[in-house]
Amino acid sequence: MDMFVLIAATVITAATPLLLAGLGELVVERSGVLNLGVEGMMLIGAVTGFAVTFTTGQPALGILAAAAAGAAMSLIFAVLTLTLMANQVATGLALTIFGVGLSALLGSGFVGHPIAPLPKLSLPVLTDLPVVGPLLFGQDALVYLSVAMTFGVAWFLMRSRAGLVLRAVGESAESAHSIGHPVMLVRYLACLFGGAMAGLAGAFLSLSYTPLWIEGMTAGRGWIALALVVFGSWRPWRVLLGAYLFGGVTILQLHAQGIAGIDVPPQVFTMLPYLATIAVLVIIAAGPWRGRLQAPAALGKPFRPSI
Amino acid sequence: MKSIYGLLQPDAGEILWNGQPARPASPHEARRLGIGMVFQHFSLFEALTVAENIALGLDSPPDRRVLAKRIREVSEAYGLPLDPHREIHSLSVGERQRVEIVRCLLQDPKLLIMDEPTSVLTPQEVERLFETLRRLASEGCSILYISHKLHEIKALCSRATIMRGGKVVGSCDPAAETARSMAQMMIGAELRTLSRRGARGVSEPKLVVENLSLPADGPFGTALKQIGFTVGAGEILGIAGIAGNGQTELSQALSGERRVRPAGAIRIGAKPIAHLSAEQRRLLGLCTVPEERNGHAAVPEMSLAGNTLLSARNRMKLAPGGLIRAGLARGYAEQVIRDFGVKARGPEALAGSLSGGNLQKYVVGREVLQTPEVFIVSQPTWGVDAGAATAIHQALMTLAQNGAAAVVISQDLDELLQITDRLAVINLGHLSEARPTAEISVAEIGLLMGGLHGTEPAAAEEKEHAVHVA
Amino acid sequence: MSLRIEPRREPSRAMVWLTPLIAIALTVASGWLLFLALGLDPAETLYQFLIVPVESFYGWTELGVKAAPLILIATGLAIGFRANVWNIGAEGQLIIGAVAAGAVALAFWGEEGWWILPAMCVAGALGGMAYAAIPAFLKTRFDVSEILTSLMLTYVAVQVLGLLVYGPWKDPDGYNFPQTRMFTDAAVLPILVEGTRLHLGVLVAGVIAVGAWFLMGRTVFGFQIQVVGQAPAAARFAGFSRKRVTWFSLLLSGALAGLAGTFEAAGPIGQLIPQLTPGYGFTAIIVAFLGRLHPIGIVAAGLVMALSYIGGENAQVSAGLPTAATGVFQGMLLFYLLAADVLVRYRLRWTSAQAKPVTVS
Repeated sequence: MDMFVLIAATVITAATPLLLAGLGELVVERSGVLNLGVEGMMLIGAVTGFAVTFTTGQPALGILAAAAAGAAMSLIFAVLTLTLMANQVATGLALTIFGVGLSALLGSGFVGHPIAPLPKLSLPVLTDLPVVGPLLFGQDALVYLSVAMTFGVAWFLMRSRAGLVLRAVGESAESAHSIGHPVMLVRYLACLFGGAMAGLAGAFLSLSYTPLWIEGMTAGRGWIALALVVFGSWRPWRVLLGAYLFGGVTILQLHAQGIAGIDVPPQVFTMLPYLATIAVLVIIAAGPWRGRLQAPAALGKPFRPSI
Repeated sequence: MKSIYGLLQPDAGEILWNGQPARPASPHEARRLGIGMVFQHFSLFEALTVAENIALGLDSPPDRRVLAKRIREVSEAYGLPLDPHREIHSLSVGERQRVEIVRCLLQDPKLLIMDEPTSVLTPQEVERLFETLRRLASEGCSILYISHKLHEIKALCSRATIMRGGKVVGSCDPAAETARSMAQMMIGAELRTLSRRGARGVSEPKLVVENLSLPADGPFGTALKQIGFTVGAGEILGIAGIAGNGQTELSQALSGERRVRPAGAIRIGAKPIAHLSAEQRRLLGLCTVPEERNGHAAVPEMSLAGNTLLSARNRMKLAPGGLIRAGLARGYAEQVIRDFGVKARGPEALAGSLSGGNLQKYVVGREVLQTPEVFIVSQPTWGVDAGAATAIHQALMTLAQNGAAAVVISQDLDELLQITDRLAVINLGHLSEARPTAEISVAEIGLLMGGLHGTEPAAAEEKEHAVHVA
Repeated sequence: MSLRIEPRREPSRAMVWLTPLIAIALTVASGWLLFLALGLDPAETLYQFLIVPVESFYGWTELGVKAAPLILIATGLAIGFRANVWNIGAEGQLIIGAVAAGAVALAFWGEEGWWILPAMCVAGALGGMAYAAIPAFLKTRFDVSEILTSLMLTYVAVQVLGLLVYGPWKDPDGYNFPQTRMFTDAAVLPILVEGTRLHLGVLVAGVIAVGAWFLMGRTVFGFQIQVVGQAPAAARFAGFSRKRVTWFSLLLSGALAGLAGTFEAAGPIGQLIPQLTPGYGFTAIIVAFLGRLHPIGIVAAGLVMALSYIGGENAQVSAGLPTAATGVFQGMLLFYLLAADVLVRYRLRWTSAQAKPVTVS
């Protein structure tokens, strides 16, 4: 049983940063914007969260700072692509490159300094339940936030007026503009949300997953989160499913060596998440459900108000 | 219209609403005043439902269930029934326009602005729309109807204002005018009447299409079903139809952008070509002008010289051996500019900097100057000013006179009645039998467009001489 | 008073070449501020960063050595970007190319023969090409984003290299360090100038750049690539195949990246190690944009980026600048370039009118 709890816990913690970042990018893409800078924003969130928590001793402040830092990075992206109409792919890449470099610079003083991990929840009766207790009721705040946000984003998109406007902007910015909806504002807000979520995902990595700062510690998770949005067909619950499936792949990476007993070089296991991402993208694109995969129609197209 | 609807802010002057000055700063404010607008290019969202689309156009939409009920009630009351839960992409063009109209109606408009509403409707749907508009007017709603179709304005409107070049040039009572006199006010010049082409004798078939079938290209396409027609040398065949009935697919099959089996489904003379690529067909003398000039017929960010390479590089030998001869390309572009009166700074001008009419003249000229044997053109004068349209029509007729076979696919019935020898109608991927243009009536065409092949029109229709107005 | 962005009727040719200079100037200015914030003397640090590396002839040859792989890769990438094909995995293709070349070098280790080096180059180019064929196939067959697949493969390639260098290819006499044997003389690039590290690969990079210029500017194939990238419908109209262009772009950039990897392994490094490059495959993306996707611009941009690497190392040693600052500069440069790019298609106007922005789509 302990093994089961251990494995399940691994899945949850591996999935959480992917889910947080994925949900953020999902909202951004639903508004018609493609932000490839998730990796850079996550790293900035990670280093900011770590630095603030380390210096103030307050993880709550660290988390807030991480979200703000992620949002600030996405603001740069938004100004460039929305107001100055720069190419979205190039700007997203620039954001990643810049984020990698800036986070390394900011974090250089913090390498090798461990901190206490985020406190796990401890509810009176619930946490003490066997098996289910520590698993469902003993995680830290960000894990619960990620699931809550899944509910929240799903409700927002499908049930709220603002969510409808956002979806409309992502389908046809021109039409939304003709009716009088504030396309720019919607996209700006969506970008900021995506940045904040990416920041939180990074904070989870540096405050909970491995309470350390290491240069480049996201190791491509930002890119995997982008793939998850595609895998999830731009729907929040499917992104959650995808994130947890990836958590499962991570188990193989961490535990399989002992389980398999065969002498497989560790690099093979490290490769797994990336190969799995490719496999998942191909399956989604090639499967019989191909016709139902509909990206937001205006995704990646810059919006220029026309006469 | 955009100023009235709040999308643009005027630099000077005033708008009076019920005697009071009004300056709507946004569509939201315009709607609050009671102004509703149905755009020429719909502001609809394909992947969303009818109800969601309508909710987006309302400023404080009611609860979802209440809204669905209201949509059903209002749409049926005005003779434009809609199912609130269908997604827009599954609706026909006429049905989509209903969504736009119902969206306005739910706001109880005092003024309804309609911008070129009938270009996408069959004649029968036009009648239905007019009934709805007359009913609205009788209930006290004012209607501002923008159109270049003068017989419609005569049929529907009590007053008309004519604009040209951004200024008001006149106003009239349509009942007292003829279509011709109104057209004269619109163009401001002596109107040329292109005489209807006489019936032609039988000539050898140059383009033969037989049993052409093509599966749909994606979930929103239209499949072609056993299309057949022939075009003789010197003949112009018109294919009428509302957009979305297979015209794009037909154009792609004929041009070579999509290949078809069996190879004999399309023949030039006796030679099967349906399996050949676009370039191979060009070498055999088949040139095409696609529907979209921006992004399809021409690359907007490239120069006119560069754009010649798209279709003329082989037939006009502009790039022997795969190496581009910039001088030759420029020379060809200059020739097109000269012969077709394209207003551009020169061959180095970017295609995107030309006006719609000039770009269309360039695109048509680029193909015509290659002296094709077979010429396929889609929507030749769509969105083009009157002068350019005349030039293009003249070029088509000259081409035919010189022995080429031409196919004109168009939504503009006036144009087709003007310049074609025979006319067929495409509907849901089927093509009707081609009949001599002189013998067919507008009502009959309308029925064919609506899909009722072989039905006699209810009453005899008086055919008006089509007046040449773009 | 407000600042309005109005579209130009035609893109400004002057701005196309001016904006990289504006971006560089802004980056230098930001560098000044950054150095101040880090507690360094800005003037001295800038001097170490920008001037010192090019004060000597040797410095210039070092610039060439660092610029060569960047130019090589960026040339291939730029052709792809023009076609709207985004090869982000050049780093992975570089690594696999180096691995393939290394395989040849190690297989014939200790042997003499003029053919070893060319064989390595061919192997490297083929290796990079084969690795890029994967995203090409997935894109043309399944329409899977080449951005994500090529990037994922980069992470995989890093692991492959690590696996080999920590495992079967480890130098038996290397004290258990993760590295292969040093390549013998037959497997190392000849030096062009005595006393420097300027190797043959630098010359090859220049030749390739000129070749790319010819391809894009003069041939129908180059025209085809641009049309596919700018207007896919017009490409179909013209009879150009998007799939063929996608394959070509990815295979070419893969081959050039693989070749660059070969030159690095057979040139300045002389063996295979886990850290083959400081991220040339990614920096090359910046080089491609800075050079305006034009081969001549890419050569100049490659030299500028090489300067940022060397200057960064220099300033680290002499002025204590953290190594990570180089990455920050490179990212900033790209940002400024993208921002300045707006000046090419639009002009800035101060107005006092109340009118709303009037723009044309």
